[in-house]
Amino acid sequence: MSTQLTPILTRFWDDPQSWTLATYERHEGYQGLRKALTMPPADLVQLTKDSGMRGRGGAGFPTGMKWGFLPPPDGGPRYLVVNADESEPGTCKDIPLMMAAPQFLIEGVAITSFAIGCTHAFIYLRGEAVHVYRRLLHAVEEANAAGYLGKNILGSGFDLEVTVHAGAGAYICGEETALLDSLEGRRGQPRLKPPFPAVAGLYARPTVVNNVESIASVPSILLHGAAWFAEMGTEKSTGFGIFSLSGHVAHPGQYEAPLGITLRELLEMAGGMRDPSKKLKFWTPGGSSTPMFTDQHLDVPLDFESVAAAGSMLGTRALQIFDETVSVVRAVSRWTDFYAHESCGKCTPCREGTFWLKQIMERLEHGEGTQGDIDKLLDICGSILFRSFCPLGDGATSCVTSAVQYFREEFEAGTHTAAADLFPPAASTLFVKETVSA
Amino acid sequence: MTYTDSDPNYGVVPAPDTQAYPQDVMAGLLADAELILARYPRQRSALLPLLHLVQSVDGYVSPRGIELCADLLGLTGAEVSGVATFYTQFKRHPNGKYTLGVCTNTLCAIMGGDEIWASVSDYLGIGHDETTADGLVTLERIECNAACDYAPVVMANWEFFDNQTPASTKALVDDLRSGASVTPTRGPSKVRTFKEVSRVLAGFNDGLADEGVGAGPASLAGLKVAQAAQAAQATQATQAMDGKAKK
Repeated sequence: MSTQLTPILTRFWDDPQSWTLATYERHEGYQGLRKALTMPPADLVQLTKDSGMRGRGGAGFPTGMKWGFLPPPDGGPRYLVVNADESEPGTCKDIPLMMAAPQFLIEGVAITSFAIGCTHAFIYLRGEAVHVYRRLLHAVEEANAAGYLGKNILGSGFDLEVTVHAGAGAYICGEETALLDSLEGRRGQPRLKPPFPAVAGLYARPTVVNNVESIASVPSILLHGAAWFAEMGTEKSTGFGIFSLSGHVAHPGQYEAPLGITLRELLEMAGGMRDPSKKLKFWTPGGSSTPMFTDQHLDVPLDFESVAAAGSMLGTRALQIFDETVSVVRAVSRWTDFYAHESCGKCTPCREGTFWLKQIMERLEHGEGTQGDIDKLLDICGSILFRSFCPLGDGATSCVTSAVQYFREEFEAGTHTAAADLFPPAASTLFVKETVSA
Repeated sequence: MTYTDSDPNYGVVPAPDTQAYPQDVMAGLLADAELILARYPRQRSALLPLLHLVQSVDGYVSPRGIELCADLLGLTGAEVSGVATFYTQFKRHPNGKYTLGVCTNTLCAIMGGDEIWASVSDYLGIGHDETTADGLVTLERIECNAACDYAPVVMANWEFFDNQTPASTKALVDDLRSGASVTPTRGPSKVRTFKEVSRVLAGFNDGLADEGVGAGPASLAGLKVAQAAQAAQATQATQAMDGKAKK
C-alpha cells in the first residue's frame, strides 16, 4: 500500500482561527504540558530519546540526545533557544507552521524547558516575516494569560519566561552558534566548536538549540507516546515531517508525511508535474545546500539514511522541483550568488571560494566560460568542502558538484552558448501563458 | 558626485547628518528601550531590537540612533555600527515608506521573479537598494523568504504577496504610491509603513495578529489530500458495512 499522509502539526491549519489558543485547546492543546509537569524531567528526556526523533532543522541530530548532553545542573541558568531563522533556499515549513499554529511551538518550548531545567527560553525568528512575529508575540501573550507560561505554571512551581526575538536578515544566523552570537547582540558569525552549545552556548551557559518543527513535535510525542511516534517513518528515521513541494508541480505546498515517503508518491499527491508534458529534470531533497537529485531518484525513500546513501542529504525536506525547461547552470549560478552574498566573511575558504565560484558561474551562464572553468569550479569546491568554519561553505559546493556530476554537458555548453538561449527563461515561469500571449 | 538621500549609500559617503532627538522623542525612545532591555538577561542582547526601534523613528540606522544604542548598552559607536552593517534589514540611508522586495533566489527567479524584478525596476526607474525620488518605495532583490510554495513571491514591508506576476506587482506599486490601502495575501488587513513595521520588529505587538488568514491554499495542500483520502476510506467502510448488512 502506498504511503499515507499524516497531518499532525498541520491538522487544523484550515480552521478559520487556527492560530488562537482557543483553537489549539480544542485540538489537545496543552494536554501534553499538563502530563509533562507530573513527570520527572529526566523521564521527558528519555521519552524524547525513545521516540528516535532526529532534528528537523536539517542536520538530523537526535533531539533527545542533544538534551541529554547538558551537564548536570550547577545552580546557574540553562537556556532553550529555538532556531526559527528559516532561510535555507527552498525551505518553507516553519514559517507557515508558526503563522497557522504557533501554540504547538509554545507548548513544545514549555515542555522542553521543563525537561532541561530552563526558566528563560528564546525563539529567534528571522526578521523578514513580520506577521509571523505578530502571531508568535500574540501566542506568548495568550499562553501567559492562561497560565501555561510565567510563574508557577499550572500550579507546578515551574517558572518560564519566553522571549521572541526578531533577527534582521542574515542566512548565516540559521547556523546555531552564529544564531547565539546574533542573539547576544553581535554580528552573526559562527563559533569554533567545541565547546558545543550544550556546554557553553548562550552567555556561555548550557544551551539547547532546536529547530521549530522539532520543538513543535514534542507535545504530540508526549501525549501519544514514543512508540506512537516511532511507529511512523522508518527504523532509523522515525516519525513524521513536513515536506515542502515547490516549483514545477501542479499543487505546490506543505505535505506532512512519515519519513521514508518518496518523491514519486508526493508528486502523485501534488497532482504531478505542473505541465504533464514536461519531464522532471532536477530537484533538491532538502534545500539548496543538499546535492541535487534527478528523475533517477524518484523512488529514493526520503529518510536520513536512504537519501545519504543516494549521495545527498534529507536536510529540511525542501523539495524544489525543476522541469526540463530550466537551465541547471542558471539555477546553480543563482544559488552561488546567494552563498557569496550570505557568506559571513569569517573564514577564508568560504569567503574567497564563494567569491570565485560566483564569477565562474556567471561566465558559464552567459556562455562565456573557458575550457578550464569546470575543473576550476570543482577544484575550488574541493578547497571549500570540509575546510570551512561552518556548513555554509559546504552547502555552497553541493549544488555545483552535483550539477556537474549529472549535467556536465550543460556546463560545457556554457563555454559557447548562454543559458538563456538554450533554455528561454519565459518558458519556466508561473505566468508562462501570460508571457506567451503578451 | 553629489550625494542625495535617494542615492544608494554603500558606506563610501557619510550618511546625512541628523539633529539630536527632540526631547519628547527621546523620552519615548528611552521608555521603549527600558522595556526592550527588560526582556534579556544581558543587556547587549537588546541591540538588534534597539536598532529596529531606531528605524521605527528615523527610517534607517541613523548616526544619532547608533549613538543612542551605544550609550544604552555601554558600547562604542563603532561596535554598534559593526553589528548594524552585518544585517541586510538595517538600512544605512533613509528607507522609503515601503520596502518592496522581489525574491530572486533560484526557485522564485525561475518561476518568474526575474521577470518581475526586471519589469518593476524598469517601471520605477531604480535598482537594488534604491529609493524612488518621492521617498515612497525602496526596491530590493531579496533572498529566499520561506514561501517557495507560493513562488514567485514579493514582500512589501515584509508582508507576503504570493504568486505574483509583473502586472500584479506593478499594480501593487501603484497602490502603495497612491496611498491606497493594500492587503497582503497572507498578513494583516493592510500593509503598514516601514517605520510601523520596524516597531513591531523591535518586539512591540501592534495588535494585528488576529487579522488575515491562518494558512494560504498551498499551506493546506497536503491537509486537503489527507482529508479527501480519509473521506474516501470512510465511504468505502460504509459501503462495506452496507454490503454486509444486505447479505
